[in-house]
Amino acid sequence: MKRVQFEHSAVPYLFVAPQILIISIFFLWPAAQALYQSFLLEDAFGMSSQFVWFRNFEDVLSSSSWSRSAIFTVVFSVLVSVLSIAISLFLAVRADEVIRGAKSYKTLLMWGYAIAPPVAGLLGNMLFNPLMGDLYFAFNSFGFEFNHIENANDAAFVVILIAVWKQVSVNFIFFLSGLQGIPKSVQEAATLDCKSPERRFWTITFPLLAPTTFFLLVINLTYAFFETFGIIDVSTKGAPGGSTATLVYKVYVDGFLGADMGGSAAQSVLLMIMVSILTVFQFRFIERKVHY
Amino acid sequence: MFRKTLMAAAAVFALGNAAEAATEITWWHAMDGALGGVVDQIAADFNASQSEYHLVAVNKGGYEDTMTAGIAAFRAKNQPNIIQIFDAGAATIINAKGAVKPVQDLLEANNVNFDINDYIPGVRYFYADSDGKMIGMPFNSSTPLLYYNKEALAKAGVDVPKTWQEFEAAAPKLKEAGYTALAQSHSPWIFFENFMSRHNLQMATGNNGYDSTDVEILYNNDALKDHWQHVKDWKDAGYYGYFGRAWGANQDAFVQQNVAMWIGSSGSFGGLRKSTQFDFGTSTLPYWENVGDAPKSTFIGGAALFAFSGHDSAEDAGVAEFFKFLTKPETQYYWHKETGYVPITNAAYDLAKKDGYYNESPDAEVGIQQLSEEGAEWTKGYRLGFYVQIREVIYREVDKILNGEETVDAAFATIEEEANGLLKRFNDTYSN
Repeated sequence: MKRVQFEHSAVPYLFVAPQILIISIFFLWPAAQALYQSFLLEDAFGMSSQFVWFRNFEDVLSSSSWSRSAIFTVVFSVLVSVLSIAISLFLAVRADEVIRGAKSYKTLLMWGYAIAPPVAGLLGNMLFNPLMGDLYFAFNSFGFEFNHIENANDAAFVVILIAVWKQVSVNFIFFLSGLQGIPKSVQEAATLDCKSPERRFWTITFPLLAPTTFFLLVINLTYAFFETFGIIDVSTKGAPGGSTATLVYKVYVDGFLGADMGGSAAQSVLLMIMVSILTVFQFRFIERKVHY
Repeated sequence: MFRKTLMAAAAVFALGNAAEAATEITWWHAMDGALGGVVDQIAADFNASQSEYHLVAVNKGGYEDTMTAGIAAFRAKNQPNIIQIFDAGAATIINAKGAVKPVQDLLEANNVNFDINDYIPGVRYFYADSDGKMIGMPFNSSTPLLYYNKEALAKAGVDVPKTWQEFEAAAPKLKEAGYTALAQSHSPWIFFENFMSRHNLQMATGNNGYDSTDVEILYNNDALKDHWQHVKDWKDAGYYGYFGRAWGANQDAFVQQNVAMWIGSSGSFGGLRKSTQFDFGTSTLPYWENVGDAPKSTFIGGAALFAFSGHDSAEDAGVAEFFKFLTKPETQYYWHKETGYVPITNAAYDLAKKDGYYNESPDAEVGIQQLSEEGAEWTKGYRLGFYVQIREVIYREVDKILNGEETVDAAFATIEEEANGLLKRFNDTYSN
C-alpha cells in the first residue's frame, strides 16, 4: 500500500514563499533601506552622501518639535483607539439587539468604512471651516468659543473626531460578527442566572468578545499611528503651532516636502522602534488577560 | 474610391511619421486649476509652432509634490527633461552638484542667443549662481500684492493704505463698516521674506546665502519682531483675520467679502477676476515708514524651470528650443495676461505696454511696477537650504504668536535657533 504523505522539506516552504516574498519586498527591504539612510547625510538627488553615525538621531531627539509630536502621537493614538472601540462596541451591541430592519441598520453603520482617510479629512475640513462650516457655527452658537485654527485643543478635537468617525465602522463590523459568534445557549443560560442585562454584558458577553477587542486594539493603534496621516494633511496640516502633527506627519514634512533624507529616515526608524515596543507590550501584558 | 483610400493611407503614414520623428520632451510642473490650463495651452502652441519636438506637460500637484516627484524620478534615473522648482526649493536643486544643467550653458550650447540683461532686474539673479550664471529659467514669477475691495473701502471712507501707518489709521473705520480690515495667505513669504526685501534688510549672512551654504538667518531683528507685535495687536483688535495656514482659506475670506483687503500673489489676479462678485483693485505691498530704507522692491516669488541632466543632446536641444519659445515676448505676454504672473523679459513688458494692456486694466501692472521699484543691496533674492522646513518653523511659531501661546520674542528666538540648526544640517549635507 502506498502511504499518502507530503515530502517534509519543500512543500510547506513553497506555501509560505509568496508571503515571505511580499514581506521582504514591501517591508524588510524598505526597512533596511531606511535604517541605512538614517546613518547618512545625503543630498536630495543622491549626488553625494557621507556616513555620520548617530548624527541624525541626535538632531531629531534634541528638537523640541519632535518631542511635542511624540507626546501628541501617543495621546492621540490612545484616545482614537479607546474612543472608536468603545463607541463601536456600544453600536454593535445595540444593533445586535435590533430585530426589525436589522440589515439596513447594519449596512448604514458599515458605510463609513468605504471612505478614504483624505476624504474624511476633507469632509471634516468643510464642516469646521470658519467661513461656512456647519459644525463650526453650531459649536459657537452653543456658546463655546470654538476655534480650531488657533486653539490647540480644539484642533486636536477636530482630528480625533474625524479619525474616530472613520474607524468606528471598521470596528463595528468586527464586533458585530464577534457578537453573532457567541452561542445562543450561553446567552440563554446567562439570562436564567442573571436578570441585569448590564451585568450579563460585563460578565459573559464582554469576556467572550475579548479576543476581538484585543485584535481591534492592535489594529486601531496601528491605524492611529500611521493611517491618520491623510486626515491630518487635509484638515489641520499639523497646525496650530505643530500641535496636531503626529510623528508620521513629521516624517512626511521633513522627508517628502523638505527633502531631508537622513533626518526623516532617522524619524521613521524611531517610529518603527516605538511601534515595536508597543506591540510587544500589548502581546506580553494585555493578551495574557484574553481567553480564546 | 481607390484614390481616396490611397490619400487616407498617405495621410496616416505622414502623421505617424511625424509623430515618430518628433523628439519627445517632458515637463513636470506645479500649476493646477486655471493656471494648468494656460500651461497646457503654451505646450500646445509650442508643439504647433514646430515639428521637431513634442512637449508633454504634466501636472504633478503643488510645488512640494512636484519637487518630490522630481527627486524620486531622478534617483530612479527616470527624470523628466524639465522640472518646475519653487523659490524655497531652489537651494536644494542648485546645490546638488550635477543634477541640473545650468540653463545659460544649455542655451549657449544650442546657439540660442542669451543675454542675462534681457530679463527684468527682479528675476535676473534670483536663480543664478554666485558668479551670476543663470541656472534656472525664471518661469512663473510673482510678487505679493495688496488686493482691496473697492466697495468696502468706499463704504468706510478710506483710501488704499500705502504704508502700515496708513493701514492702522484705516483699520478701525473698516471695522466699523463691518469688515475685518486685512488677511494674507502666506506668512513666511509675505510677512518674512518680502518684509526683509521691502525694507532692504539683510535676510541671512553670506550675501543672503548666495555666497555659501555656511550661513545664519537674520530674522531675529527688532524691525521684524515689531511688525509681528503689530500683527498680533491688529488681530486682537479685530483688524486682522487669520483663517488658517491654507492659502485658499484666506483668499476665500476676501472673495466672500469678509475681509476688505487681502495680500496674495500677483499670480492670483487672473483667478480672482473670475471668482469675485465685486470690483477689486491692486496695490503695492505696504511698508513701515522709517524702517530700514523702505520702500524697496520686493523679492521675486514663484518658481523656475530647471533642465535635468542625464538626457541626450537631441532632447536637450528641444529643451533649449522650448526655453527660447517660452521667453519670446508673445508667449510671455500671453502668460502674463492670462495669469497675472509678471513678464520676465523687458521685451515682453514693453509689448504689454505697447499693446495698451495696462490702459484697459491698470491693476495688472502693479506687480511688475513693484518689482521694478528701486532695487538695493538686499532685494536680489535669497538662497537658503532646507528653506521649506524653515518655512514650516515660521508657520508653526507665528501660530503660537497669534494664539498667545508664546510672546513675539520667544517665538523669534525659536525661529532663529531652529532655522540655524537646519542651515547647519544643510551645509553639512551639501558642502562636501
